[in-house]
Amino acid sequence: MKTKLTAMGVLLMAGTLTLSACGGSTASGGGTGSGGDAAGGLDGRGPITYVQGKDNANVVRPLIEKWNAEHPDEKVTFKEQTDLPDQQHDDLVQHFQAKDAGYDVVAVDLVWTAEFAAKGWLQPLKDKMAIDTAAMLPSTVEGASYNGTLYSAPQTSDGGILYYRKDLVPEAPKTWDEMMEMCSIAKANNMGCYAGQFKQYEGLTVNASEAINSANGSVLDKDGKPSLNTAEAEQGLGNLVEAFQNGNIPKEAITYQEEQGRQAFQDGKLLFHRNWPYVYNLATTEGSSQVKDKLGMTVLPGKDGPGASSLGGHNVGVSVYSKNKATALDFLKFMTSEETQRFYAIQGSLAPVNSALYDDAELVKKLPYLPVLKTSIENAVPRPVTPFYPAVTQAIQENSYAALKGEKPVDQALSDMQKSIEAAGAGS
Amino acid sequence: MATELGPAPVKSPASGTPEVHHGPKGVGEDNRILSQGKWASWLLAPTIVALGIVIVYPIVSAIIMSFQKDAGLDPATGLFTAGGPAGIQNYVNWLGQQCAAPGGGTVACPPGTLGGQFWTATGTTFFFTVITVVLETVLGFWMAMIMARTFKGRGLVRAAVLVPWAIPTAVTAQLWLFMFDFNGIINKLFNASILWTGSEWPAKWAVIIADTWKTTPFMALLILAGLQMIPAEVYEASKVDGASAWQRFRLITLPLVKPALMVAILFRTLDALRMFDLPYILTGGANNTTTLSILVINQIRQGFNSAAALSTITFLIIFLVAFIFVRFLGANVVEQSGATGKGKK
Repeated sequence: MKTKLTAMGVLLMAGTLTLSACGGSTASGGGTGSGGDAAGGLDGRGPITYVQGKDNANVVRPLIEKWNAEHPDEKVTFKEQTDLPDQQHDDLVQHFQAKDAGYDVVAVDLVWTAEFAAKGWLQPLKDKMAIDTAAMLPSTVEGASYNGTLYSAPQTSDGGILYYRKDLVPEAPKTWDEMMEMCSIAKANNMGCYAGQFKQYEGLTVNASEAINSANGSVLDKDGKPSLNTAEAEQGLGNLVEAFQNGNIPKEAITYQEEQGRQAFQDGKLLFHRNWPYVYNLATTEGSSQVKDKLGMTVLPGKDGPGASSLGGHNVGVSVYSKNKATALDFLKFMTSEETQRFYAIQGSLAPVNSALYDDAELVKKLPYLPVLKTSIENAVPRPVTPFYPAVTQAIQENSYAALKGEKPVDQALSDMQKSIEAAGAGS
Repeated sequence: MATELGPAPVKSPASGTPEVHHGPKGVGEDNRILSQGKWASWLLAPTIVALGIVIVYPIVSAIIMSFQKDAGLDPATGLFTAGGPAGIQNYVNWLGQQCAAPGGGTVACPPGTLGGQFWTATGTTFFFTVITVVLETVLGFWMAMIMARTFKGRGLVRAAVLVPWAIPTAVTAQLWLFMFDFNGIINKLFNASILWTGSEWPAKWAVIIADTWKTTPFMALLILAGLQMIPAEVYEASKVDGASAWQRFRLITLPLVKPALMVAILFRTLDALRMFDLPYILTGGANNTTTLSILVINQIRQGFNSAAALSTITFLIIFLVAFIFVRFLGANVVEQSGATGKGKK
């Protein structure tokens, strides 16, 4: 009997390890209003820390060295996170919840801005902390704002591009219907017509929102309430569903993330492909690429003209818990300056937010997709700006995936999406 | 695992030294025993404190959190406010698949919310567990029987079998993801065009195949250890008595290996109930491959307190399964090394 009890004890221990592994952060959620924190340290100057995910393009360190040389009393330390967005997000959340004054300036993924702002963790960039956004593309500023207030400074941007085979397509399609008509060319050449990213993950949210926005619908209305029970939304998602059904989108595209789609396009298996700017370099330089000299680029097709891309990119924000906000603001301006953006574009192929840079001859020579990307970003719609983004993206992914697979009619999928987003917004 | 330790005034009942009564001395032996006990508790204290900080504190804190509401949005300011006490609402919501309704109160969770997936995730978790553990036990047994024989290159085989187990699960999952790709080796090999990760049953089988590949060696080694404890004389005696191979397996090998086998099955079952990496990487939880652990991780980003409730529920489910194993099926983690199976009860 006693040994049995010991055995249970051991099991209990093993089980509890499981639990604690799942428990994650222990601090209770919910920041309260942060008037006090946001008002403090505005004039503070001194050493600060900059937090960002892995600096793959190796652009951050040279910039910080330059800054430190010019500001010996306000040195910046670089805290580098992992290169996984989810981990970066959770790391920021943990430090904000602990009210850590050691995270002064942080890089914020576009889709986290609303959440962090609503938690009261980001310093509103107004009054003393205001920055000049006149030179920036408006959609990037919109993506950095929450409830009409700017909470972070746009730094790099990203938008979708429609890649096509210019050897087969006489003229780039301007609308979705035009593109679908050209699918006969694909059939004649025994290849797939169109693909984006349709696996159930963040990329599907991007693609489904693009389809809905491009058909003049929207996921959320101006007040942040879901607005999916509309004919436009049905048309948008319906376009993708129909293309899956009639084979214009090959059935294997349901497993595509960015890389699988790029591979298929580079292997000459796709006529049209929606992806991010990074594809350009690989498709034109990789030895195995079949489309090196046949690569065309244009903006995403919409209903009557250019489609609405989902916006990507990173912003820079200041923590409300920072003690040296005056320095932080200077550094934030430095990090988002035109000069820095030019350096980012040349050194790291990171797309700028400053609209003038897209017309810069030197940059366009280096990154030929810039003119197309500019139009794409000008027409872009930020992914739903909401503090409940994780729940919203879950709702979009799951329901649109079911619709694309034909398990659910489009209107049903949209109304389930609507209800799920409402449930998330209702809080708990 | 990043667990915030924070100021944790953990009071473990055992961390204090037991009171030593310096009563009537006289016998030197008593004194020595007493001071030994004192020494022992001092030596154990750091371990117990450490366990208290890394195990007891997070668990207690998670349980406390699970009775709190998640932060809600104040529509006037657009800012989050702390949720306050929730009672058992979080648990009720999960078990009844209820979500907050726009006007207040709760409604059945619509498809597309995490709350609506609790019972399907539980079903999926148990489905994976039963199928993979059965497959792994049968295959593992077979592999163990082979490895237990004496043949040339046995050492090499034993080492080679361990390779899948030695590869981190996330890497395994990525490898299988490549192989299960539409243009991947598996479709090419069988000249098929199956959307392995893109439709329900293939996706489930993809997870099962990858999991079986990875963890069968673990079963095989545990069972092999059990097999090697069976004395060879027993087999010799039975051969002399004219027992057939099947009889030897059924009447000697199985009963004698049972203690080791049950422990192996128990460990695998508990492990399989926590399955996360494989389905997360292969399918992202799509096509009904969301396990309870995936649900917990997804929920963490949508609200800690609700996630704490879900992980407590998951823990209770796993604990219940472990209890059933130990209580009714005779898996015995502790006694196993003592006896060779005989006179166990």
